[in-house]
Amino acid sequence: MAQPVAMTLAEKLVAHAAGRASLRPGEVVTAKVDLAMMHDSGGPRRVAPMLERLQAKLWDPDRVVVISDHYVPAVDAESAGILDLTRKWVKAAGVTKFHDMQGICHVVLPERGHLRPGLFVVGGDSHSPTGGAFGAYMFGVGATEMCGVLVTGEIWLRVPETILLHWTGKLTPGVAAKDMILAMCARLGMDGGRYQAIQYAGTTIAGLSMQERMTLSNMAAELGAQTGLIAPDTVTRDYLLAAGVAADQIDIAGWQGDADAAVAERHEFDAAALSPMVAAPHSPANSAAVTEHRNVGIDQAYIGACTGAKINDLRMAASVLKGRKVASGTRLLIAPASVRTTAEAAADGTLATLTEAGAILLSSGCGACAGYGAGVLAENETCIASTARNFKGRMGAGSSRVYLGSPYTVAASAIAGRIADPREFLA
Amino acid sequence: MTAKKTGRVWKFGDNIDTDVLAPGLYMKSPLSELARHCLEAVEPRFAAEVRPGDIVVGGRNFGMGSSREQAVMALRELGVGAVVAPSFAGIFYRNALNLGLLALVCPEAGQIRADAVLAVDAAAAELRDLETGKVYACEALPAHLLQMIADGGLLPHLEKKLNVQQSKEAQA
Repeated sequence: MAQPVAMTLAEKLVAHAAGRASLRPGEVVTAKVDLAMMHDSGGPRRVAPMLERLQAKLWDPDRVVVISDHYVPAVDAESAGILDLTRKWVKAAGVTKFHDMQGICHVVLPERGHLRPGLFVVGGDSHSPTGGAFGAYMFGVGATEMCGVLVTGEIWLRVPETILLHWTGKLTPGVAAKDMILAMCARLGMDGGRYQAIQYAGTTIAGLSMQERMTLSNMAAELGAQTGLIAPDTVTRDYLLAAGVAADQIDIAGWQGDADAAVAERHEFDAAALSPMVAAPHSPANSAAVTEHRNVGIDQAYIGACTGAKINDLRMAASVLKGRKVASGTRLLIAPASVRTTAEAAADGTLATLTEAGAILLSSGCGACAGYGAGVLAENETCIASTARNFKGRMGAGSSRVYLGSPYTVAASAIAGRIADPREFLA
Repeated sequence: MTAKKTGRVWKFGDNIDTDVLAPGLYMKSPLSELARHCLEAVEPRFAAEVRPGDIVVGGRNFGMGSSREQAVMALRELGVGAVVAPSFAGIFYRNALNLGLLALVCPEAGQIRADAVLAVDAAAAELRDLETGKVYACEALPAHLLQMIADGGLLPHLEKKLNVQQSKEAQA
């Protein structure tokens, strides 16, 4: 009898979806999709005309999740029209898993119990690798690919190689997952992921909360990877149980990579040696220790997006802002990642700490991160943000400059009115 | 099959991102309006001066960032004949082919002259500088993908296939 082939987690997930016992990186396979997620920008407004043109119906409305998060809340006739079209399409198509203005898709999807280890999921958004934090194979596609998935329930992919990013050591106070991913972007570059599967592993990762893991998987997109996996464990299980996923649906043991499976690359990182990181304009890979950017004056500090406005992100900011005030001449905008995040922050006092410090609270959505919503920048303005991308012109005017940092660093910078090291405020 | 074409080169650096190709500020505007801002953050003349058939030559990791197909649609709207780069971001590459925009992986793209006029032969997977005669080899695309691009992308390609099938069934 043939020996079972040792496989990485990515290979096991793709093999399962492709109905194969084993497979090799580089093979092109067709996979069955367990779940398709789309939002108001790349979703119904784009796929509805395509489906109509093909006179096709959804392969399975129960496997489709629609989340309106880009043009929320409507600010003009165009955005109101897009949201209205989304609501009407969802109803007509028989999609019941619809979350309208409840927060950003990558945070709402797990929060509402749609994810679990072992699933093969496509999302109509580039930050879809976020789902990889739950041991699901999740990746982003454009609207035409999504149309294909909606009609057939299948998608082709090249079996990815696995790039292992291995972290040991304990993070020091004031250093967070965001600093880890900025350090990885600096070392590997924006295409270091080569559209393969990244897996984050090691004792540091095991010690991170689910939300911190999501920050790492989310920015696998900035490493140019197809997805960013983390093998599930009891932290995953506890989160999913709290999100309402049935215990018998959560398989931890079955979704681990084999210890002897071959990976294409392995990179080692030391968490204990990591300091807060800041990415200078116009690339997340343009990252260095915060001390390199001290004294850069800022007009705006922004805590928002799927990357940097989850409940623990708001708590990090609150720990710095407690008893302090935002600097005169600087504005701190906070857009919690979801409506539930806002409720949680209100219940535990986090929200009061933030608003007492002078933070301006915005609604939950993609907002200024991608230049869609409230909080965009004027010409020549400088912002530090807890978001994922600081590409030229992304947050507003073409000449604006965006620095990226952790919620700790963004909050510290808001107090100082310039880029600041959060450790000075956490003593 | 995709016909041979010639076009002027517009040269860009590494990591040209989707926010530069399709800026978020104009994402809810009609495509014609969005396209007028395509690449303006890095080359303000581009949208106004690009001519049908012109060729965008990028550096490494062209199209990184968002999954928005408008990054491809804006180039197509402006009449860009092909995008050439030593490597493409994964989602952008799939989007380009799905929307019928020829995207060619050319390891030596960095050597292409900024003011060159190129002849593009998609079937042979090569580019030729009309002035110097230098030939740049690209990675070949399989025939079925070239056909899909020639049909205008996945959707018109499927439509064509379905129509062919229906007319065959009608004849049977």
